[in-house]
Amino acid sequence: MEIFRHDLNINFLGMRKVSIVISAICLIVSVWAITVKGLNYGLDFTGGVLIQVSYERPVDVGDVRSALMKVGFEHAVVQSVGGTREISIRLQIPKTEAKKQSPDQIAGAISKKVLTALQVDNPGAKLAQSPDFVGPEVGQQLKTSGIYAVIVVIIGIMVYLGMRFEKRFAVAAVASEIHDTVITLGIIALVQREFDMTVLASILAVVGYSINDKVVVFDRVRELFRLTRKAKTQDILNRAINNTLSRTIITSGFTALAMASLYLFGGPAVHGFAITMLIGILVGTLSSIFFASPLLLWLGVSKKDLMPVTKENPELARRP
Amino acid sequence: MNDFPRWRYWVVGIAMVLGLLYAAPNVYRPQPAVQISPNRDAKVDANLQKQVATDLDKAKIPYQSIAIEKDRMLVRFANTQVQLQGSDVLRTGLGGDYTVALNLASTVPHWMLAIGARAMPLGLDLQGGVHFLLSVDEQAVLKKQQQRYLDDIRSTLREKQIPVDAVSLSGDGVLAVFKTSDDRDKAMAAINEGTTDLAYTESRTPGGGYAFKADIKPDVVQKLAQAAITQNVTTLRNRVNALGVSEPLIQQQGESRIVVELPGVQDTAAAKRALGATATLEYHADDPNVNAAQAAQTGDVPPDDRIYYTKDGQPVVLKKRVIVSGDELVDASAGFDQQTGMPDVNVTLNSAGARRMLDFTTQNVGKRMGVVYIETTPEVKVVDGKEVHTTKTTETVLNNAVIQGVFGKKFQTTGLTQQEAETLSLMLRSGSLAAPMDIVEQSVIGPSLGQDNIKKGDRAIVLGLALVLLAAAIYYRLFGIVADIALVFNLLLLVAVMSLVGVTLTMPGIAGIILALGMAIDANVLICERIREELRNGSTPLASIRTGYEKSFSVIVDAHVTHLIAAVALMATGAGAIKGFGVTLAIGIIISLFTSLTMTHAITALIHGGRKRKLKTLWV
Repeated sequence: MEIFRHDLNINFLGMRKVSIVISAICLIVSVWAITVKGLNYGLDFTGGVLIQVSYERPVDVGDVRSALMKVGFEHAVVQSVGGTREISIRLQIPKTEAKKQSPDQIAGAISKKVLTALQVDNPGAKLAQSPDFVGPEVGQQLKTSGIYAVIVVIIGIMVYLGMRFEKRFAVAAVASEIHDTVITLGIIALVQREFDMTVLASILAVVGYSINDKVVVFDRVRELFRLTRKAKTQDILNRAINNTLSRTIITSGFTALAMASLYLFGGPAVHGFAITMLIGILVGTLSSIFFASPLLLWLGVSKKDLMPVTKENPELARRP
Repeated sequence: MNDFPRWRYWVVGIAMVLGLLYAAPNVYRPQPAVQISPNRDAKVDANLQKQVATDLDKAKIPYQSIAIEKDRMLVRFANTQVQLQGSDVLRTGLGGDYTVALNLASTVPHWMLAIGARAMPLGLDLQGGVHFLLSVDEQAVLKKQQQRYLDDIRSTLREKQIPVDAVSLSGDGVLAVFKTSDDRDKAMAAINEGTTDLAYTESRTPGGGYAFKADIKPDVVQKLAQAAITQNVTTLRNRVNALGVSEPLIQQQGESRIVVELPGVQDTAAAKRALGATATLEYHADDPNVNAAQAAQTGDVPPDDRIYYTKDGQPVVLKKRVIVSGDELVDASAGFDQQTGMPDVNVTLNSAGARRMLDFTTQNVGKRMGVVYIETTPEVKVVDGKEVHTTKTTETVLNNAVIQGVFGKKFQTTGLTQQEAETLSLMLRSGSLAAPMDIVEQSVIGPSLGQDNIKKGDRAIVLGLALVLLAAAIYYRLFGIVADIALVFNLLLLVAVMSLVGVTLTMPGIAGIILALGMAIDANVLICERIREELRNGSTPLASIRTGYEKSFSVIVDAHVTHLIAAVALMATGAGAIKGFGVTLAIGIIISLFTSLTMTHAITALIHGGRKRKLKTLWV
């Protein structure tokens, strides 16, 4: 079974001006979204208020969630605490409440609002204990160490690719990796999807996925450069993309299949993870065709850079 | 295929069996249980078992089993709701002789545990629990030490009869003013005999006096701060152990913070109380005229005395009067006696404590003196619907030793094993020196989005994996099936290694698993596409397989090594979630390299190589 004709020859590089412009626009919009709109950090990052409510009769967590939704607490984390008659609700502090001076005032105001909302359906609801402030799960330390980690990763990958391929390949791979991550983050910021721990995890996975795609295409470029005697760089790049197109689509398709199943059937716990992966896969796949390769062409790779270095035999040189 | 060496089949086969074996424990999820551990002289035996059973039966609470494991008892329940009711009943029924704590009991069969196979613990985000970040107040420790140096300098000057105008705290050091520079030099020399922890800056005062400012040396400050943290970590660990939490995480984070994560615990208030307990120490004189064992039985002691108990439940009768208390103790460290070479604990008191200790020991050589460790834990009980705040005090005798001679400021406790010496010095310090801690972050992390959602997520992951396996089998036929087998074993091996290493499974960890599996799929797709390409170019089936594997080798290795670099970098520099992702990814990448290149090749060789007749077509 084959989905793609193996003798496919699409002139991807011919579209490079258009594709790079599109990439640039996406990048600018993404940077704008991240810096101006900002990421909608979830409870894991911001902390918030913890409210414990007890009921006279067993209560369904889903009902509580929808009751809170009605009064505007969109991302409340609702769970039952040992048993079905006591639940804990964690929510972020709404911007309107944040102006109040003391933390106790804020917590008090929010818990009152929550309780009124819950008592509409269930008059027996009451506070089990006084509301508490909870700190963010992701501390400042994780944020700073995360930035260090990213820098070390980028340097490490560049050094390895520089050794195995050539420095221009390394630059192109890392540039497209950053491109993919920024655009994925940009989309999340643009639609204001909650950025929590699971989304952070999937961003890390997207980075890995994206670099993998680039390595596969670049490997074929390296191979074709070494095999063909005379060819224009642009033709080589086109052939490399076309040759690996089938694998690019199949691998993306397989991964997307698994993620789509997570998104459709996995429930809210893995929603963020699955959707971010899906976006990342799409961006990563497109960028290895339309962004990484044109970049390689502009950086000016040539056959010469990739030939294995053969030592000249001094014995031979001396002979007439 | 003849070019595939036989030993590789063995490696692949053994890896498959081990993978299955060591991944298996994860099927057995832990079960809600109540742990009963004895306090003092209470015993865990068949009688207790009977009592627990009747208590639970009376309250009509169904339980699954009651088992004695070493020195504790585990009562297993079907679900957390019954577990909570059960623990309430047992707590009231058993009273103060036993500590009743919620726990998660392992259900892994014994033979699996015997070969070292165990289940992966679940992280807070998957299992729920409480998370605390505590900040240790190092300044308080330094202030205390500063005060100690001030006292020391004063008493040294008094002893050596060096005239001094003023000694006071100044900034983060001690300022002393003298009439002459000669006095100042003598003073510095005298102090240096006692301690080398101080650095001096000399100056003249406006009034014409000669002054020096003694500051604690930076490396000493650093050592003190680190000791304060280590100290607090140990204290916290003791308290958490008393809570009976399985797999707690207590570790230093950064310079002055401590992370405490208690999986499975839902009651923040109780955990907070346990962590917020305060401890102190008291030195009491032993009463030699009373037989402790007899007194413990009859409860009959002189009015000046009290019965205390050691950790092992041995009764000790001590005088009520306190000789020296915890805030008068400035240091306690484990070491070795200089003459005998036996382990000992060196205790240093401040001058007020030293004076009283001197008075007491002068009159009591040859008698015993006990150290009592007192821990106060705040408790909240609900009485008639109202919250009542009370405190629970636990008093334990750490040590009851014979006074060998007269001593004051410094003394040693000997006759201990090295282990005992370490423990005693730690307990002494936690009763006196522990730096104050503040909880700066706390969160109840429910199984992040609830148990029902985790089940849903589980099912979706299985479904997703099944879909991918099916798609691969349809698209690449026989080779797809081979890839599927490798993929399943990739997952098994990854889970097996993670369980063996003891990695805690978290959401970022699952992301790492998914990325590693994605890499494995990709490697197989690359190989299959290559084989197809070779077939199209007119190679024979066997040659296509060989060149397919050969040509895809470089790209698979490059992609995997790139990932490995990223994973190791994340492991080394990242913290928390990022580190977890890195660890999982790194293990996954190495396994993927093995399953994609060696395992699939072995299976393919087994299928196609054994045939006598010529291979005409390949199912790819």
